[in-house]
Amino acid sequence: MIWLTLLMALPLAGSVAVAALPKANDKLVKQVALATTLLVMGATIAMAVGFQRDNVELQFVEKYSWIPSFGINYALGIDGLALVLILMSTILAPVVVLAGWNESHGGRWSVKTFYILILVLETMMIGVFAATDVFLFYVIFEAMLIPVYFLIGGYGTGERSAAAVKFLIYSLFGGLLMLASIIALYVMSGAQGGHTFDLAALSQLEMSSTTQNLLFLGFFIAFAIKAPLWPLHTWLPDAAESATPGTSVLLLGVLDKVGTFGMIRYCLTLFPDASKTFTPVILVLAVISIVYGAFLAIGQRDLKRLIAFTSISHFGFITMGIFAMTSQGHSGATLYMFNHGFSTAALFLVGGWMISRRGSSTISDFGGLQRVTPVMAWMFFLAGMSSLALPGLSSFVSEFLVLVGTFTRYPVHAIIATFGIVLAALYILIPVQKALHGPTTPGNENLSDLNLREKIAIAPVMAIIIFLGFYPSPLLKTINPAASHVIAQLGFSDPVPTNGSK
Amino acid sequence: MMTSSSLVYLIALPLSGSAILLLSGRRSDKWGHLLATALSASSFFVGLYQLSLMLGRSNSQRPISQKLFEWISVGTFNIDAGLMLDQLSICFVLLITGVGTLIHIYSISYMAHDPDRRRFFAFLNLFIAAMLLLVLGDSYLNLYVGWEGVGLASYLLIGFWNQKPAYATASKKAFVMNRIGDMGLSFAIMIAFATMGTVSFSGIKEAADHTSTGALTAVGIMLLVAAAGKSAQFPLQAWLGDAMAGPTPVSALIHAATMVTAGVYLITRSNFIFDAAPTAQLLVVIVGAITLMFGALIGTAKDDIKKALAASTMSQIGYMILAAGLGPVGYAFAIMHLLTHGFFKAGMFLGAGSVMHGMNDEVNMRKYGALRKFMPITFATFGLGYLAILGVPPFAGFYSKDMIIETAFNSGGVKGIILGCVTLLGAGITAFYMTRVMILTFTGTSRWDEEAHPHESPWLMWLPMAILAIGSVTSGYLLSHGDALVNWLSPLFESHGEHSELLSPMVVSGLALLMVAIGVAFAFIKYSLNEVDAVAPADVSIFTTIARQDLMQDRFNEAVFMRPGQALTSVLVKTDEAVIDGAVRGVGRAALGSGASLRGIQNGFVRSYAALILIGALALVAAIWVVTQ
Repeated sequence: MIWLTLLMALPLAGSVAVAALPKANDKLVKQVALATTLLVMGATIAMAVGFQRDNVELQFVEKYSWIPSFGINYALGIDGLALVLILMSTILAPVVVLAGWNESHGGRWSVKTFYILILVLETMMIGVFAATDVFLFYVIFEAMLIPVYFLIGGYGTGERSAAAVKFLIYSLFGGLLMLASIIALYVMSGAQGGHTFDLAALSQLEMSSTTQNLLFLGFFIAFAIKAPLWPLHTWLPDAAESATPGTSVLLLGVLDKVGTFGMIRYCLTLFPDASKTFTPVILVLAVISIVYGAFLAIGQRDLKRLIAFTSISHFGFITMGIFAMTSQGHSGATLYMFNHGFSTAALFLVGGWMISRRGSSTISDFGGLQRVTPVMAWMFFLAGMSSLALPGLSSFVSEFLVLVGTFTRYPVHAIIATFGIVLAALYILIPVQKALHGPTTPGNENLSDLNLREKIAIAPVMAIIIFLGFYPSPLLKTINPAASHVIAQLGFSDPVPTNGSK
Repeated sequence: MMTSSSLVYLIALPLSGSAILLLSGRRSDKWGHLLATALSASSFFVGLYQLSLMLGRSNSQRPISQKLFEWISVGTFNIDAGLMLDQLSICFVLLITGVGTLIHIYSISYMAHDPDRRRFFAFLNLFIAAMLLLVLGDSYLNLYVGWEGVGLASYLLIGFWNQKPAYATASKKAFVMNRIGDMGLSFAIMIAFATMGTVSFSGIKEAADHTSTGALTAVGIMLLVAAAGKSAQFPLQAWLGDAMAGPTPVSALIHAATMVTAGVYLITRSNFIFDAAPTAQLLVVIVGAITLMFGALIGTAKDDIKKALAASTMSQIGYMILAAGLGPVGYAFAIMHLLTHGFFKAGMFLGAGSVMHGMNDEVNMRKYGALRKFMPITFATFGLGYLAILGVPPFAGFYSKDMIIETAFNSGGVKGIILGCVTLLGAGITAFYMTRVMILTFTGTSRWDEEAHPHESPWLMWLPMAILAIGSVTSGYLLSHGDALVNWLSPLFESHGEHSELLSPMVVSGLALLMVAIGVAFAFIKYSLNEVDAVAPADVSIFTTIARQDLMQDRFNEAVFMRPGQALTSVLVKTDEAVIDGAVRGVGRAALGSGASLRGIQNGFVRSYAALILIGALALVAAIWVVTQ
């Protein structure tokens, strides 16, 4: 069974094919890229069909010795958590390619290079979730920075170079801390039965609590930068403001999930005791992120920055759900990661179309779009409703699960976080009113509505958002066993109803 | 409980209408409104059919349920997409689809010249579907979906003409204030799950017996917050007046007859919680009492006919909430007033729409006058609604409102006397402001603008008004004859012992009629015997000024929530930029030696980056080499 390797090889092969195409034929480059991503999506869905949902063991396992002298393996395998994230990534990839058909024009480099970067990035997106060797994970984790760095710095707008460097330095800093922790784990494994980077083996290591705490922090800070947790978030708004919409989708929708994914897969698995020690602090940071991100979103004048801050709030929910240590919180957080990918994609893509048509990302430059470009306006509205977690849309299910799962163990945190839903109404409805409602303001009279390609790109995203709002069961059934497994490994069980006798 | 496979059609019919109209775009402009109306009517007939089946079964066999699919299931948090139709929800189903269909019919003509009529009907259908889900959901979480769904429909319809900035703002205000209430519902669900391990109605009803009063009180208070948001009750009432920005049929359907009464439904549905949580119940009564006076006082000062009616709605729902807070003895009366109010208030709103239709969309009653000669049908139907809301026998309000006043008086002790007096006084003030509306609009001399050419509305508009007027006349008698509604609903509520009878029904009716007569007389003297100014007089007492400004509700919210919130937001934005990002930038500079080196990276960034990667890789290899020696 080499499903995972096959999945990773497909986009890589696509990138080679794109590289071989003549530079002048932009259209063909795009078509090959789109075909590749669609193929990967199909292959992932085919793999998902064969996934045994009730089995908590890793599936589609592959293991080959890579650098034997260091005990480094090329080892892959997925559980329900990794599967849904890979699904999300490979569904988003063709959407991004199709939606951003023209966003590679006017970059520092060629259209061809843009799609090579995207396809290489897709390979890494799959690998980073599938890796079960810590060294392999680290290499991909760091290597992913490269294509993103070039995508922002080469194809973005405004202060793109500065934003790209800020993103890079932040990430490298976190990566270095994680590297230090990984090396320490490796050293310890040598003292306890043989050098290895194997995740399962490393999770059996004996360590003093001080060591565990320090190594935990090395991993956690790296992940907290990725899934921007307050106060390590300030690179994100700059990056999102400068990146093309498609890049932003991959950055916030997929790459940032590596942070929250890593918290579950690495922090909780490798350092269960330290995770418990730091839970109170992390929960407070998560709640601050929720409220702080929402307030900051309300205060933004730039549409892309606004969307970035809504994501900071949403990542606060995900982190809170993970560390609430209940099955609802945990499953909710994982589902949240999936759903957030699509609702953020919708916001960034439709927002991006608005911005490229208007030639400005300042919210107050828009006005009255609902009467000029009704389809685009309604798509933006629907994306906004998803972001504020309207019941009936997918994000509601995950957000409510996180809240109810947190409440049973940490009621105060959940109560404060719930105020976020009122703030969410504000950060969505304020730009909706400014941009879509009111009289049509000068500069907006002649904007064109969505074309067929754009409609085709956004339709599946909206369909997923609506469908999973009513019928999240298929995903939850995939996620639940993995989530319960993690909770049980840590020795937690769900609080039983108190009947108020507490 | 018996199961059924046809409940879902109640919701699916209007929901499909909404989807078809929205997705087909301009293609359905020609027939969209007809399809929407037909689907709403079909849903009504499904409701009637269910009622007929229900009538054929014994009391305990009447509730039926339908499980559609598993919605959310994680650990012990298991929620099915499940529907339940019982004696309470059937009342709402018929009200929603019945009044809803009439308002669809009315809107065909009312919105005939609007280029976006199809979209309007799509939203109406969406509303009907969401509202039906609200009353049919078998758990609080299912109800929640309908609850926010009607909020969405309300937002879309208030802002239907959102090209006008004020209307867009009104819709946003309604959504945000409703979300505060929704937050209460979220809390209620979370507390219920944490303490009772379930969020279904039947589960909580069972668990409530062995759950502490403290937990039940917390759930109850949070449900009250939710009800206050949706039903425009104090202190979350400020959005309703602005919601009149929506087209008038919307005001009639959503902001008078159905959605705003959802809070009453929620409290009545949660009777098993409130009955066991006296403190929460007392708060319900207090909120109802405050709001009924609040709305009535605002009603006395409004010149905008829709805002006067909106204030009245707020006040009348205050009556219902108050009744629901009185426990088992009051639930049925709350529902009865809700149903009669649905007829007469929807009828009067449609009447107001008819008047506006004939008066170039003028809403200022000071520019009306003498319209009864030009709009006889509107006058007649509005007048019947007027008699109903006043509580003149034998019109509908006489039965439903007097029951509430009587129950309030007889609820015992000082509380009973206070509540009784408040409800009586409210009845008097209601008579005053409604008489004022009648006189300013239909009698006296005309004060129209020159271009006004008042005329009666077409039959598609007056027919629904006439049907609602019939309901205004007869519904009270029909529902209370032989205690029909009380007996119908009684299996759902705890039975209640006989209460001490402070005042007999006859005395209460006498007192109520006296108050009404006084209210009418005051209005008559002030507005009929004296000349009415076409422009609202400016030299009025401080009380009138305050009432005109909705008892300062907006000023209060702005001063206490909005401005501090805006200030906090701008402080945080500056802090994020200067302090948090500033610290990061500072650390970055320090780490790289100076600002110059940071700029260096940015300038030749590709080469520098490559160097950085190389250094990193070397460090990595070196580190591994060191540790493996």
